[in-house]
Amino acid sequence: MHPFTTDAARSLPGSGWLAERRVAAAERFAAADPPTAAAEEWRYSAIADFDLAAYQLAGPDASFPPDGTWAGVDSAANGAVAAVLDVADGRIVASTGLEELSKQGVRVGPLVDSADGAELLGSVADGAADYFTVLNDAFVGCPILVDVPAGVVVDGVIAVRHYAGAAGAATFPRLVVRVGQDGSAKVLDMQRSAGSALVVPVVELDVGQAARLGYVNLQQHDHRTWQIAAHTARVERDAALVAASVALGGGYARTRTDARLVGRGASGDLLSAYFGSGDQILDFRTYQDHAAPDTTSNLLYKGAVGGSARSVYTGLIRVRPNARGTNAFQTNRNLKLSEDAWAESVPNLEIENNDVRCSHASAVGPVDPDQVFYLESRGVPTPAAERLIVAGFFDEVIDGLPVRAVEEAAREALALKLNQMLKAAA
Amino acid sequence: MSTLVIEGLRASVAGREILAGVDLEVAAGEVHAVMGPNGSGKSTLAHVIAGRGGYDVLDGSVRLDGTELLGMPAWRRAEAGLFLAMQYPTEVPGVSLLDMLTESVCTPEGAAVAEQMRSEAGRIGLDEQFLQRPVNVDLSGGERKRNEALQLGVLKPAFAVIDELDSGLDVDALRLVAGRIEEATEHDGLGVLAITHYSRVFAHLRPDSVHVFAGGRIQESGGSELADELEAEGYERWTGTAPQPDPDAGATPFTDPFGDPFADLLT
Repeated sequence: MHPFTTDAARSLPGSGWLAERRVAAAERFAAADPPTAAAEEWRYSAIADFDLAAYQLAGPDASFPPDGTWAGVDSAANGAVAAVLDVADGRIVASTGLEELSKQGVRVGPLVDSADGAELLGSVADGAADYFTVLNDAFVGCPILVDVPAGVVVDGVIAVRHYAGAAGAATFPRLVVRVGQDGSAKVLDMQRSAGSALVVPVVELDVGQAARLGYVNLQQHDHRTWQIAAHTARVERDAALVAASVALGGGYARTRTDARLVGRGASGDLLSAYFGSGDQILDFRTYQDHAAPDTTSNLLYKGAVGGSARSVYTGLIRVRPNARGTNAFQTNRNLKLSEDAWAESVPNLEIENNDVRCSHASAVGPVDPDQVFYLESRGVPTPAAERLIVAGFFDEVIDGLPVRAVEEAAREALALKLNQMLKAAA
Repeated sequence: MSTLVIEGLRASVAGREILAGVDLEVAAGEVHAVMGPNGSGKSTLAHVIAGRGGYDVLDGSVRLDGTELLGMPAWRRAEAGLFLAMQYPTEVPGVSLLDMLTESVCTPEGAAVAEQMRSEAGRIGLDEQFLQRPVNVDLSGGERKRNEALQLGVLKPAFAVIDELDSGLDVDALRLVAGRIEEATEHDGLGVLAITHYSRVFAHLRPDSVHVFAGGRIQESGGSELADELEAEGYERWTGTAPQPDPDAGATPFTDPFGDPFADLLT
């Protein structure tokens, strides 16, 4: 029997609407059947090995790792970063730059402090509810809100650094980003953990009319950590979302990304660079949902797997009957860096309107031997040639990250991982 | 001084022998042209010398200053002083020319590679904007050939195998690129093995020797007058077949897997 019961949800600190919401969710969770690999959206996943009973609710004694471990996104002192909020095992432990932002009317902090918090929480994610988002609803600690009012343009990056520090503990990070009409913001969501944690994050991105949001998720969990994440976005009329993830950590790390384009002229670009080594399993499910005319979505997911690592990409473009003038593209490319590595790529289209331009492409293959030979024939040693080519493979994604401040960090993290893998293989 | 010595070189692809005993010696500062009809295995010779995968070396040796190259990985051959200018240089997305040349064991630690690139680009008329692009990506055939010559200028090899230098280059570009290579032979003692189907390249890169390559080996060697004869009379004397292949002859000419996919259209 696992400890994630209705009573456990009731015992969480806090009162009022959030407490009631948790209990209601816990009751739904108790009645829900756990997913199995037989369901299409869990095909190729590691769900059969998932054991919720192996985890405890995280206690209040989390320690937060020092600045140096956060890939160069250190503090508000970094010119490109406007504010940093640190969350350890579901609790806010530190922050910088928030006061300055509040002068613009931008709020970064506990969602419960917002007057309309109760309506806001779940307003985007509930459209893509599943077993694990309900679990997050039931056991979320302190939901974080990044709230950018209409007409406000935030120049710097708002960074939220999530840390799951207790081994064997489960945490349920919740981040809600709302950008009001004509507003603009860039949010960096960093995820780290230590040990065999379970992390079940839910991210809600609410992009108002003609607003712009750049969101980057940098996932560097410990290799023993399980992550089951849901990122859900709703993009209103003429608004533009670029949502990117750089996924490097986790033993099993799954991210489901739903981009719902609900207003005419909305666009949603989805980018990801992922790299699995050792015996990691990285699992991505994407859903580009065109629910309004003249909407555009562009998806580019590029991954590499070495060692005996596995990756799964399955994606669906859905064009609803009213979404004439849709442009939707989906590209997934995978490099298989070792004999035992394995990558699955399953693109899908579901089109209910004729006036659309859609395409999907997917590939799984080794590093191109012609490219390796070209570099070698210039005197580049084989390992360096492979390193350059694999780094170059990710360049297209890294160059497109909507948060420039994280580019260098992402490149370095990818290079570090590649070097470790090449060393292990040598 | 450097010498490239090829002795009894035999190699096959997928069980079919393409190089049937090649003997050739090129001294430093010399330009040797290897001319032959399409499908004769010229590009195979270039690839086997440079160490490309996919070929089985059956016998023989390729020595550069006494160092046996066969069996070495391609980059070790480059380290030993060999350079291959490819007929169709490969696109390498996301890898900059600067990073590639900096990682090369042929450029000394701390070398001013970027500066040398700019200087070489000026000499062969390659616009500096191309230096910022990933290697060969979105470059025309001619720009790629200039890029090969630029790299030769930066890496300063002892020997260069140059596969179909003139393909993709217009007359002006060919003059600049061939001129740069000839200058390297004169000033730096670069030895060149120029593999070509046409003799027009010799107007700019004068060969000291011309070798007729057919049937997987050198059939005849001579001076530049041999190139003139080939230009006038074709390869019939060495291949023993008419210029138009006999449809009933049965055997199809060998097609190099890395060769020009449209080579047949040019004949």
